[in-house]
Amino acid sequence: MSEKRQGWPLWEVFVRSSRGLSHVHAGSLHAPDADMAVRNARDLYTRRNEGVSLWVVPSSSIITSDPDAKGQFFESPQGKDYRHATYYTKSEGVKHL
Amino acid sequence: MSESSASATRITPGNALRPEDIAASEATPTPDVAEYALWLGDDSLILAQRLGWWISRAPELEEDVALANIGLDLIGHARSFLTYAGHASGRTEDDLAYFRREPEFRSAHLFEQPNGDFARTIARQFVVSHYQWELYSRLMHSSDATLAGIAAKAVKEVDYHRDHGAQWILRLALGTDESRRRMEAGLKLTWPYVGELFTDSAPIDAAGDAAVRPSALRTPFDEAIGAVLAEAGLEVPQVPQAVGGGRAGRHSEHLGYLLAEMQVLAREHPGASW
Repeated sequence: MSEKRQGWPLWEVFVRSSRGLSHVHAGSLHAPDADMAVRNARDLYTRRNEGVSLWVVPSSSIITSDPDAKGQFFESPQGKDYRHATYYTKSEGVKHL
Repeated sequence: MSESSASATRITPGNALRPEDIAASEATPTPDVAEYALWLGDDSLILAQRLGWWISRAPELEEDVALANIGLDLIGHARSFLTYAGHASGRTEDDLAYFRREPEFRSAHLFEQPNGDFARTIARQFVVSHYQWELYSRLMHSSDATLAGIAAKAVKEVDYHRDHGAQWILRLALGTDESRRRMEAGLKLTWPYVGELFTDSAPIDAAGDAAVRPSALRTPFDEAIGAVLAEAGLEVPQVPQAVGGGRAGRHSEHLGYLLAEMQVLAREHPGASW
């Protein structure tokens, strides 16, 4: 019993409310395994909102974008109008576009 | 309000029956049904008080929330049963919860047993939730409409408690050597008090079709818990049964301390509200 106590792994919880269209990240929790993670998520995130769908994902399975690379990674398409169809004028010969 | 709204017939197994609905209704139990409602209400009340101790003390934050949820579900059941039982004697749920002495409580001994460690609490919860599920899934067809309504609401919550208990039996039994040892010890400490839950007595006979015969629940209970214990590789403990007597107001040494703590504030400040 001398080794350092190991905590439960972290899980991310996604909830779709009863009239919701998509699952939304609700928060995270610790659980020993996937079955318990779903049950804990039910207790922590759905008690007052019946008729929902729950997803749990081990946090370690989620790959995130690099926050330091924000500049290049999320650069807006402004100044690149040629990327949009509206940039181009319609050809005379195409009537029904 | 329609003319039927004051009648117990409004309360059907489909409705979510609240203690406030029962308090407002005119439905009055017969003395035997009131006694039976007291049994069931006291079981849930005493166990809810036990579970409340765990708040901020459970092994993990998530489990803290789960045990608190179960405790609050049980408080809800207790409130309904006690409110209904009180109609027979003109007493409120608070009168019954806070101003009865130990010999007036009707809970079975299992419910007042100490929490012990997490495994012992799980063992008690596993037994109670399976017993209550077998009970309420039949009581929802009671000839007494109020009891049927309370059971119909409670059975869904108890079904979740059952799952929670079974999941933890499996994890503790199949976890580390230490968790398995504790799970086995917890079951062994719990088992002497199982027999009392399934004992028939005179008020059950008198309540007739309003009540569920405890003895009729034993076989389905044994099958349900047997399946979980087999999956966990655990044996049903072979231990002598304790004497019991909770239904007659004879309790173990634990209930007096529990009541002293539970009732002290209400007795110190009767009628206070905040």
